[in-house]
Amino acid sequence: MNSSVEALRATFGSAIGRAIESCGDTIVYIDPAKLPEVMRWLRDTPEQHYDYLVDVTAVEYRDRERPLEVVYNLRSLARRTDLRIKVELDPQGDLTLDSVVPLWRGADWLEREVYDMFGITFRGHPDLRRILMWDTYAEGYPLRKDFPLRGRFSRAEQVRQALAANPEAHYSMEELSIAQAYDELPPDMQERLRRGERAKIPYSE
Amino acid sequence: MSKRTVDLELATPGLDAQGRPARIPLTVAGGEVERQHEPTLDGEHMLMNIGPQHPATHGVLRLVVELDGETVVRVIPHLGYLHSGFEKLGEYRHYNQIIPLTDRTDYLSPMANNVGFALAAEALMGIEITPRCKVLRLIACEMSRIISHMVWLGTTSIDLGAFTPFLWAFQERERIYNLQEMWTGARLTTSVTRVGGMMADIPDQFVDGLRRFTETYPKTLHEIDRVLTRNAVWVGRTQGVGVMTADEAINYALSGPMLRASGVPYDVRKDRPYLDYETYDFDVPVGEHGDVYDRYLVRLEECHQSNRILMQALDRLPDGPVNVSDPRVILPAKSRAMNDMEAMIYHFKQVMEGVKAPVGEAYAGIENPKGELGNYLVSDGTAKPVRWRIRPPSFINLAALPKMAEGHLLSDLIAINASVDIVMGEVDR
Repeated sequence: MNSSVEALRATFGSAIGRAIESCGDTIVYIDPAKLPEVMRWLRDTPEQHYDYLVDVTAVEYRDRERPLEVVYNLRSLARRTDLRIKVELDPQGDLTLDSVVPLWRGADWLEREVYDMFGITFRGHPDLRRILMWDTYAEGYPLRKDFPLRGRFSRAEQVRQALAANPEAHYSMEELSIAQAYDELPPDMQERLRRGERAKIPYSE
Repeated sequence: MSKRTVDLELATPGLDAQGRPARIPLTVAGGEVERQHEPTLDGEHMLMNIGPQHPATHGVLRLVVELDGETVVRVIPHLGYLHSGFEKLGEYRHYNQIIPLTDRTDYLSPMANNVGFALAAEALMGIEITPRCKVLRLIACEMSRIISHMVWLGTTSIDLGAFTPFLWAFQERERIYNLQEMWTGARLTTSVTRVGGMMADIPDQFVDGLRRFTETYPKTLHEIDRVLTRNAVWVGRTQGVGVMTADEAINYALSGPMLRASGVPYDVRKDRPYLDYETYDFDVPVGEHGDVYDRYLVRLEECHQSNRILMQALDRLPDGPVNVSDPRVILPAKSRAMNDMEAMIYHFKQVMEGVKAPVGEAYAGIENPKGELGNYLVSDGTAKPVRWRIRPPSFINLAALPKMAEGHLLSDLIAINASVDIVMGEVDR
C-alpha cells in the first residue's frame, strides 16, 4: 500500500474514504468537496510531489446502485510512484465537480472528454464544451450505461439529421467574432448563426 | 467592422526621367515610400481554417487559427472527425475480441497497442506470460517504434520541404511491414496478441529477416542524419520553434519523446519496466531545449536504440511455449478440441462465454512510440470489461499544441503540429 494514504489520512481525516489495492495500484476514495484541496496538497507537499497527472477518466458500473466514479491517475515523476484518486458521484444527483485544470493544464482536454462522454460538469474549467462529439450533439452522453450502443436515435433519424445539418456553419459565433468577419458572411448564413445552429464557444485563456 | 480599402497600383512600373524602371525600394522602414504604399492592417485579425482534410494536419484534425498578419494569435483545435467509440464498443466485447479494436487506435504502431492491451488484461487476471512470449512482445513493440518513428520522420520532413528522407524512411518501414505480414498475415490490422500469449509464433524465416533488417537499418538512419541534422533549412525551421520547458511539459502531462525532448528523463521502459525491459542494455535520449529540433533528435536516437534492443532480443529469444498452459484463457489445439471431450468443453466455454476476469481494476502503461499508452480496465467479474479506457498519448500531447503554437508564424504551426506526432485514430478513438 502506498505510504501517501497514511499521510492523507493524517492531514485530511474524514475527507479520505476507503483505500484499496488492486493489481499493484493503490486506490484512495476522497470526498468530492475536498477534491481541489487534496489534489493541491498532493502536488505541492514535498514528500508527496505528485506533479504529473497521468489520466482523468470516469467509470460507471453496470450495477445501477453503484455511484459514478471519477478517476484521477497521479504520478510522482521524481519518486516514480503512482496513486489513483477516486471521487464518487451519485448518478441521480448533481454531477458537478471542481476542475483540476488550475493545478494541471494537462487536465483540460481530459476533463472535456469526461464531460462529453459522461456528462460530468467541472466547475472552474476554462473551456468546458464537447470535444469528441460535435457541439450540437443531442443524444446525450455516449459512455453512460443507459446509452444504447447504437445511439438513441434510429439510423433513419441519424441520417435525416446528418442531411439536414448545415455543412457551412462550421464556425461558431465566437470564432467568427475573432476575425470580425461576421458582416462579410452571406445573409442566409448570418441568419443561421443568429439562430444558434452552432453552440457558442466560451473561451478564455 | 470597418471595411478596409487597399489601393493597389496594378499598372506596370513606369520609367523615370533617366529612362530606368522606377522601382519601389522594399526595405525603407517607415520611410516616405512605405507610408505611401503599405496599407495599414493594424489590429485586424484573420480567421483561417486548416483541415480536416489537409495533408499537413496528419489526419482529420481541424484547426481554426486566428492570425495577426502571419503570426498565430490563437489556435482552436476541433477533434472527433474519426471518433469511433472504441471504448464503448469494448464494453460489449470479450477481452480477446477487444484486441482487433486496439489495432485501429494508433494505426501506425498496431502491434504495440496489442501488447499494451494484453498486458492490462493479464494484470487484471493475474496471468504470468511465458519467457518466449515476453521476448516476442518486446520485438513487436520495438518494431512498432521503428515504423512509427519512420512515418513521423517521413511526413514531417515532407511538411518542412524535404522529400528524400520520406522515401528512405518509408522504404525501411516497408521492410518491417513485410516482417509483420510474415508473422501475422496482415500489414496493419495485426491483432498479434491474445490474453495469455500470442496469436501465433513467429515463422521460420522471421528471425533471419529481422536480423538482416537490424544490420542494414542503421545505415539508413545515418543517411537521414546526414541530410537533415545539419541541414540549414531543417535547422532554421525547427530550432527554437514550439518550445516547452520541462515544467510546462510535466504540467501538460506530455509523454514519450515530447516529454524527453523537454529534458525530463522519464521513460516507462526504464522507470516502470514491463516485459523485462530492465534486463536490456539501451539508453534513453533526452533533449535539452524542448523544441521541434530536439524532438527530432530524440526520435532519431530512439530508432538507433530500438535497433539495439531488437538485436539483443533476437540473441536471447528462448525456445519454449508461447502461450501459458492455462486452459481457461488459451484455446486448446484444434486437433485436441476435435478429439478430446474436455478440450472441446474448454473451447466451447471460451468461445461462447469468454474469459472471465476477477472483480477489480488494472492500469498498464507502456512506452508507445508516441508516449505513454495506458490501458485501464475495470471488471465486475464478467467476461466483458465494465470500462476500458485508453490513455491516448497523442491526444494528451496534442492538447499542448495551442500553447506551443501561439506567437509563432503560421508555417511554424505546421512544424509544431508535425512534431507532436499525432495519429487521429488514437486522438479521436
